[in-house]
Amino acid sequence: MKERTDVLIIGGGVNGCALAYYLVKRGANVTLVEREYIACGSSGRNAGGIRQQWSTRENVRLAMGSVKIFERLDEELGCETDYRQGGYLILAHTEEEVKQFKRNVSMQKSEGLEVEYLEQDEINDIVPELNVEGIGAIGATWCPSDGHADPIKVTIGYAEAAARKGAQIYKYTEVLGFRVEDNEIVEVKTSRGSIRADYIVNAAGAYSKEIAKLLGVQLPNKPYRHEILITEPVKPFFTPMIISFHDNFYFRQTPEGQIIGGWGNPREEPGYNYESSLTFAKNMARLLTKYMPKLRHVNVLRQWAGLYDVTPDARPILGPVETVRNFIQMNGFSGHGFMVAPMTATLIAQLIMGEKTSLPIKDLSLERFKGEVVKEVSVVG
Amino acid sequence: MGEIIVCRCRDVTLEMVEKAIDEGYKTVEELKRKLRLGMGPCQGRTCMRLLAGILRRKAGLKPEAIKHHRIRPPVRPVPVGVLEVEAYEGED
Repeated sequence: MKERTDVLIIGGGVNGCALAYYLVKRGANVTLVEREYIACGSSGRNAGGIRQQWSTRENVRLAMGSVKIFERLDEELGCETDYRQGGYLILAHTEEEVKQFKRNVSMQKSEGLEVEYLEQDEINDIVPELNVEGIGAIGATWCPSDGHADPIKVTIGYAEAAARKGAQIYKYTEVLGFRVEDNEIVEVKTSRGSIRADYIVNAAGAYSKEIAKLLGVQLPNKPYRHEILITEPVKPFFTPMIISFHDNFYFRQTPEGQIIGGWGNPREEPGYNYESSLTFAKNMARLLTKYMPKLRHVNVLRQWAGLYDVTPDARPILGPVETVRNFIQMNGFSGHGFMVAPMTATLIAQLIMGEKTSLPIKDLSLERFKGEVVKEVSVVG
Repeated sequence: MGEIIVCRCRDVTLEMVEKAIDEGYKTVEELKRKLRLGMGPCQGRTCMRLLAGILRRKAGLKPEAIKHHRIRPPVRPVPVGVLEVEAYEGED
């Protein structure tokens, strides 16, 4: 392993790899360490949704910035990411949701997002096959510029592009500890040897909390298992991601026709659990057939699990911490780290290079949890 | 010369596998993510055995050093409707 680097990134997920790319592009010397392999964690386990419809302004801005980057990402990275703007249809089932969604839409519009509230009888104009009355949907919001991409292709795309520009990526390399002097990390001990770095970025996803613990920094993040499944391909017949916070459920069809979706078990306890459950398979089948009865004939190929790195307000933790000056947080994405990665990586790269960040990130620092926080409510938990 | 198919569900060729190994993807799980092989309807029943042989030959790995891919449920494709009946007859 080399002796020193400008920036050491811990974690080969989409955020770490994208950051490596934007830093080497700016001329920094970058090293990334990953305990296993690129995209082995949540970046390789999610459904690839990219949405801008959030209830907090910070998340809307992050996601809108991200979409601008996704729109030209294939060209930028020189690879295919299967990015497609198929839209997001978010269903409302209660009067309370209708009120919240209308507030969301008006805030999102004030940020310049093209988004609309749909009445019950307009929902089938977007997806004719959806069993609107059967699922009890009474309204929806629709944003056609939301979409999806293949998260593994995006992550590997960033990693390979970063490596081509000179980033050093060490797979199967674990961080074992740190040497700290005067509130600054001076050396990082890894399973491959020690390395000195000016900045150390904690982008270890659901394991970020464990990395921070090595430095005596307490992150409020908790890991939650989230399960997902995919079917065989069938002729493509809808393009949006369909999502219901009420049923804690989402699904979409990939460009080649596979149905991919997830359901969050409200009884899920925090923990590092990757097991697949029959409870999940049954509930997904129940919801898929309720939402689109004809899906009962489609074969399920595979189910798996990943971890959400969940913060108390479901928003990420970005930027430095008070106690260790050069320890930068890039974690706590709470289940939507993939979709914002291009933007969060750009912002952290700007921060490290001493540039003005294109969005303010101070409100997303760890210190915010000392006071009262505004919770993001548009989440599948 | 004709192409040699390793994964017939996803049309992954021997040439693609060998190129990825040269690029540094030297484990079954990494190759699965990089090339999508083993992710089709047969869930790796054909290609994973072939892949182990290619890794042994091309990457110089001993058979015992090759970690096989993680088998995901439901192992064989199962219609959504079958699982749905389970959902209503089961306790969950």
